[in-house]
Amino acid sequence: MRYAFFPGCVSKGGCPELYQSVMHVYPKLGIELEEMTTASCTGAGVLQEKDQKLGDVLNARTFALAEQRGLPIMTICSTCQGVMSQANLRLRSDPEYLAEVNGLLAEEGLTYRGTTNIRHFVWILLEDVGEQGIQKAVTRPLTGLRAAPFYGCYLQRPTEALGFDEQPSRAQSLETVIQLLGAEVVDFPGKSQCCGLPILTINEKNSLMMVANHTSEAKTHGADVMVTPCPLCHLNLDGMQAKAAHQQSASINLPVLHLPQLLGLAMGLDSKSLGLHRNLVSPGSVLGKVGMEF
Amino acid sequence: MQTTFRIRRFNPESPSLAAYDQEYILETEPSDTVLDGLIKIRETIDESLTLRCSCRGSICGSCGMRINGQATLACKTKVISMVSEGGTIQIEPMKNMPIIKDLVTDMDGFWKKIREVQPWLQPKGPHPKGEYVASSESMDHLTGVMGCIMCGVCVSDCTVLEVDRQFLGPAALAKAYRFVADPRDGQAKTRLFELNKLGGMWDCTRCMECVEVCPKGVGAMDRIMALRAKGMEKHVPSTCGSRHAEVFEDLIRQKGVLDEPMLALRTFGLRNIPTLMSYIPMMLRAFIRGKVPKTGFFHHAIPGIRDIQRLFHKMRESK
Repeated sequence: MRYAFFPGCVSKGGCPELYQSVMHVYPKLGIELEEMTTASCTGAGVLQEKDQKLGDVLNARTFALAEQRGLPIMTICSTCQGVMSQANLRLRSDPEYLAEVNGLLAEEGLTYRGTTNIRHFVWILLEDVGEQGIQKAVTRPLTGLRAAPFYGCYLQRPTEALGFDEQPSRAQSLETVIQLLGAEVVDFPGKSQCCGLPILTINEKNSLMMVANHTSEAKTHGADVMVTPCPLCHLNLDGMQAKAAHQQSASINLPVLHLPQLLGLAMGLDSKSLGLHRNLVSPGSVLGKVGMEF
Repeated sequence: MQTTFRIRRFNPESPSLAAYDQEYILETEPSDTVLDGLIKIRETIDESLTLRCSCRGSICGSCGMRINGQATLACKTKVISMVSEGGTIQIEPMKNMPIIKDLVTDMDGFWKKIREVQPWLQPKGPHPKGEYVASSESMDHLTGVMGCIMCGVCVSDCTVLEVDRQFLGPAALAKAYRFVADPRDGQAKTRLFELNKLGGMWDCTRCMECVEVCPKGVGAMDRIMALRAKGMEKHVPSTCGSRHAEVFEDLIRQKGVLDEPMLALRTFGLRNIPTLMSYIPMMLRAFIRGKVPKTGFFHHAIPGIRDIQRLFHKMRESK
């Protein structure tokens, strides 16, 4: 299980604890990673607003770099995954377009043949590591912990690009992993909705209302913690939660963990290794539930 | 097969005024749509069940409702695609609009927003002697968006409308695109200036719910993104939305990766002191918790940035 690792901008920027936790977790799962240090940002759907083709060219370059190594790509961000999946679908389904894009990549000595598979860590957990592999790595089952999944739009839609028809388990991947770690899934309607981050700088009021709605709804449904495979969602749900609560005159205080942080807890890793001190909503209560000190 | 229809009921004449779920057990055929089932219930079990429908062929757009948590047309949804033998299918009215009774919603707000975007052709210059002629090639890209049947399904599941009823919404914005991108229309710039305002094209979160649920493949969100691109091309007044996209592109060109602090600073603008100040508590907390990348507060360019910049240059040249 060797992958070209695409960490994404945010795990190297605003959410360093995500990168840190992945680095501690993956060796215990039998995964090997080669980090793609020369790959660019996917465009996150924002660059595509201005110029979709430019976004596709940059992503084709990343796919070609992985193809050159003969490795599939592993992402740890719902947005990176979604944007790359959509770009890959466009490139693979239109040979003329792919040839045109390859014309632009030629000067760097790159050609994309359309063979690179791009998968999020949460899918790799289920499809490659497998249930047994996950359970083997669990040394501290999260029994009694109630975790609400929060996917991030790009890991749920559009289903065609994300391969949900070929891999139907992807639609419920987060719930499955939470259960395999011994925790209880707290289902709530907002789990597949938008976290609000894309409009934080555009319409802050609406963005914060989304944060407040999702976190308080999950808490009302009995969640001790929210878990997300998307660092962009984390920036809003964790980083902006205090401001959102203030706007709505509410008290929320729901810890939001990156998926590898939750995984690491179940693997017996300590909170420092998982960067839990970096989460803005203190996860102290979560650690208490699984018998750890913060 | 036997199927349980769990239907959200609401009667405005009931003293409690509370919605409730009512279950009906029904024998359905493999060919039955959810609409067929609902009509059977109304005709054979409970004539008080209220729903709106007409063509039964995904043309009229009357039977929009939420089935198993997602808005869709009841006439386009087979029962067997939603539930297995003996299972329960959950049916609710569309969201983001008032409920009149049971599965019937009030579409007045929907139509008001459609009217707001002035959905008619507004050509400039003298009238031609005959029709306003447009080549097939120049209209091809509008085929998808013209397929909209105004069912309201995208509006029902729009995540922005859930928190802000003032947002124009996916259906009206897709309709606006249909005229902005029509080669015969002469008011594209005026339309884009209107759509540039709060509640318009920049308020969409790009969550793709509208793309996923649309029964006709209109792809409303993609049209909204195209409106944004056209707005920037036509130099609509700068907003946080347009600056966000412009700065994002520029940062990738400079560094190859996103630089969040710089993106926020340049999007808000250094003169926007009140907004910048409002983020200081969060930034301080992040700093104290060590939520700072190894490379420092601002990002460095990635190795291979020259190759990225060359691609940007080539793309610009090709335009």
